[in-house]
Amino acid sequence: MDQEQPPPITKPSRFKRAADVWGRVRRHPPTVIGLAIVVFFLLMAVFGPVIAPYKFSDQIATARLQGPSWEHWFGTDQFGRDVMSRLLWGARDIFLVAGFGTALAVLAGATLGLISGYAGRWVDEGVMRFLDVLLSLPPLLLAMVLLGSVGPSRFNIIIVVGVLYVPMVARVVRSVVLDIKTREFVEAAKLRGERGSYIMSREILPNALPALAVESSMRFSYAIFLVASLGFLGLGVQPPAPDWGLMVNEARSWFDQAPWMLFFPAGAIAFLIVGVGFLSDGMRRILWPTGVSE
Amino acid sequence: MSTRIDPEISPDAGLAAADQAVLEIEDVDIVYRTSGGPLHTVRDVSLRIARGESYGLVGESGSGKTTLARGAVRFLPSNGSVTKGRVRLSGTDLLGASQNEMRKLWGARIGMVHQDPSAAVNPAMRVGNQLDEMGRTHLGMSKAQARVKSLEMLNRVGMPDPEAVVERYAHQLSGGMLQRVLIASALTTDPELLIMDEPTTALDVTTEAVILDLVQELLGSVRHAVLFITHNLGVVARVCDTVGVMYAGEVVEEGPVKTVFKQPLHPYTVGLLGAVPRLTAGKADLELVAIPGFIPRPDALPPGCIFAPRCPMVIDECRAARPQLVDVGPGQRSSCIRWVDVPEEAERPRPVRDTSGESFSGYGRELLEVRDLKKYFKGRGAGKGRSAAVKAVDGISARVTEGFTLGIVGESGCGKTTFIRCVSGLEEPTAGEVLLQGNKLAPSVTDRPYDALKKIQMVFQNPDVSLNPQRTVGDIIARPVQQLGAVPKAEVPQRVAELLQAVHLPQAYAARLPQELSGGEKQRVAIARAFAAEPALVICDEPISSLDVSVQASLLNLLAELQRSAGTSYVFVSHDLAAVRHISDWIAVVYLGRLWEVGPTARIFEPPLHPYTEALLSAIPIADPEIERERVRLTGSVPSAVNIPSGCRFHTRCPRKIGDICEREEPPWRDGKKDHSICCHIPLAELAASQRHALDGMYGSADAVGSAAPAPADTGVGDAEGSSTGSDTGAEVGPDTGAEAGSGRGGS
Repeated sequence: MDQEQPPPITKPSRFKRAADVWGRVRRHPPTVIGLAIVVFFLLMAVFGPVIAPYKFSDQIATARLQGPSWEHWFGTDQFGRDVMSRLLWGARDIFLVAGFGTALAVLAGATLGLISGYAGRWVDEGVMRFLDVLLSLPPLLLAMVLLGSVGPSRFNIIIVVGVLYVPMVARVVRSVVLDIKTREFVEAAKLRGERGSYIMSREILPNALPALAVESSMRFSYAIFLVASLGFLGLGVQPPAPDWGLMVNEARSWFDQAPWMLFFPAGAIAFLIVGVGFLSDGMRRILWPTGVSE
Repeated sequence: MSTRIDPEISPDAGLAAADQAVLEIEDVDIVYRTSGGPLHTVRDVSLRIARGESYGLVGESGSGKTTLARGAVRFLPSNGSVTKGRVRLSGTDLLGASQNEMRKLWGARIGMVHQDPSAAVNPAMRVGNQLDEMGRTHLGMSKAQARVKSLEMLNRVGMPDPEAVVERYAHQLSGGMLQRVLIASALTTDPELLIMDEPTTALDVTTEAVILDLVQELLGSVRHAVLFITHNLGVVARVCDTVGVMYAGEVVEEGPVKTVFKQPLHPYTVGLLGAVPRLTAGKADLELVAIPGFIPRPDALPPGCIFAPRCPMVIDECRAARPQLVDVGPGQRSSCIRWVDVPEEAERPRPVRDTSGESFSGYGRELLEVRDLKKYFKGRGAGKGRSAAVKAVDGISARVTEGFTLGIVGESGCGKTTFIRCVSGLEEPTAGEVLLQGNKLAPSVTDRPYDALKKIQMVFQNPDVSLNPQRTVGDIIARPVQQLGAVPKAEVPQRVAELLQAVHLPQAYAARLPQELSGGEKQRVAIARAFAAEPALVICDEPISSLDVSVQASLLNLLAELQRSAGTSYVFVSHDLAAVRHISDWIAVVYLGRLWEVGPTARIFEPPLHPYTEALLSAIPIADPEIERERVRLTGSVPSAVNIPSGCRFHTRCPRKIGDICEREEPPWRDGKKDHSICCHIPLAELAASQRHALDGMYGSADAVGSAAPAPADTGVGDAEGSSTGSDTGAEVGPDTGAEAGSGRGGS
């Protein structure tokens, strides 16, 4: 259609724009579900330790390997620890580690992608080939090698998650920058003698933000899974910390006697990842509405 | 809608009746369901197309032309529907038919040709196989029969070498050839109704002319009814019998093309006709009459006449009630209640340029000089060994004097955009130099000092991508004021306000984002940005070609007005000779990276002309059905800039090629009267003699009708590939345009 709609007479306020976004979220049930799940887990991360009936390390010798009951909703483990309490305590860790890891990857990746895409030529070649090398290594293997050499700690896991996801973020940002940098408003900026740093930060970056936001949310869901996997492999936070991956690992050997030990932490990981995934897809629909039919 | 009529009612039943209606649309309303509520995009439209008739539907974008055509044949997106009225195709009720029945009608009895040929062909399928589908699906043919039919159809649309074309993929064909394929495809089933939706808009002027010739020829020979949608009044004048003018979802005037163009009886039609730049009017003559304002949204229609807010002859009654279409002459209907007064209003002398405000007096000093500029792009992966260079610009020299406009014209792919990008420094030229006021400029924009940057600014083609969508209009204009204008920070808002006023935008727009502006308004912002630091030269790269006719007119007026008050020079690049004529003092014609004709504007439009200029002029559809011109047509498309034809680069397509000399030797520059030069083997006197007669028609005298055309020589498209790159010494330098500063300027 070749219709050009004349502009609205008044500038929509911030409030109206927010209302508009909510309106679009509401019409797409998966996004609402995703949002609900993520908010639920976020609340858990913030208030978990407060509302948990027990401390994550409390061992109740009289109640080992008990099934779900009014006393222990999600049952207890082999040391008599309350599974629900451990889940509630552990939520904060997974959010912090995966969140900071993603933030690091996004910051470094966006910077690299922006510079690489804008500068082009040998800078681009150099940066992208180096990132290709990182990409070509199996991520879990790379993470294990890195963590094996520096030792597992929250800080080190954050660094490893960051390093692993830098190439993906950088590639996405670069491809968007390559598109935007040929637009005429960038050429107009060059014609008035703007510096490269101004063009990158003020002309290009704001237009790459939607893509970056969608990519970040996707990376976050991957990071959650990676952190849980590392915990499972024993390379994450060490016992007795209530790490969800670690809980899954410990539960394996008791599966025939106490399957609830496995179900609840594994379920929590799955739910959170699916929730972030739905939300990320919803963001893509809202921020990049082209090509997505209602 | 409720009565279902058997679609098999014979369409041949009434063949005998010559003017039997093929398509009847009665009181149709079309509504789109959107998140903001229903949009009544088309309201109460009735029209009727008889067998053999070609009906042109014109209007600005957003007027509902495409929606009406698609709605009538039930080809709407899923959120659109026809809510009222009746549509019949030779007696078959289309609105009552089921989806299945419609699917059989599409293709078989209704043919469609769309705007963008490259989007309408499957790139992964051979053209022939795609074409065969029509015969196999709708005519029940076998594979072999369908192929025979396809070849026959390609022959009918004048496709050179159909046997080879059917084996090719879409990317191996030019836009014009693809459009021929699509027309052939639509005609395969010999449909009763052929809908052509802007079939030439995406094509070059020269290609457009060839396709329009084809359409005109087909219309003369077939029994189809044609619904032709276009925004170009010149195209309607060329190919249609009847015209319907649509505005904001309603037909406001309708009638035979000759009558309506001669005496339009609705102010909107008058406005549309007035907004078209004429080939006969030069820069100093007339101001184009732009229609103020823009089309109302379908959900915010004014009470009464929908055109009232933009109408120059509006009276109180217009706003009171919605007018109906009434008969105003033989076959002519208008919805203006003051139609009787329209001719008088249209006769009013067009505004003559107000020159009292002219303050600039520095005309004539040399501003820009370009010496033998070349830009070769490295070819990639083509051929083995050293890949050949794409010679986008191959030795162009030009001069621009202060306060004047140099117009650059040529088909797409001729190197005009590359040339100006080299001048502005966005591309680094391979050779040659750019001098600004006598000082040599650094090749790259990043190496140029602020002082030089300040003097050269650009207005780009597409305002949708030339404004940063994340910044407000105020920011967009303020930044260059600060960056280049050396204006104290406190005075920046004041300067922004002045600039907004200069481009006739309300001050409140400073707070808006580009997405909240219409296309024309965005381009005004882009112009304000270019003028922010008071440049000496503004380079305009097709600044109006992506905009509507009425908007084009107002922008041309704006550019002319700014030039008069600030004395800014322009380099104005366009493929539209009429627009270039309107704004330029000097014109340079570019083909395959070289200049072929340069001179003062008036000289470019009268003989002698370079054969290429002649073809460009002849290709422009003129919005006057009375004018019959002799046609000079170019075959084929612009040859690749990798394998440039030897001798005269134009010889492969030149309709006036005189022989071997054209293929062997580079033509000499021949100087005509008053700084006018042409690069051709044919002596100027000879060119003038053969062209004078042909061009008479263009300026309104009908003498040329039916006169013997100088038969176009066999141009042999195939030659392009056979000829070698040959003697390219680069020694040939175009003459200086704008030499003897300003002597060509008329008396204004």
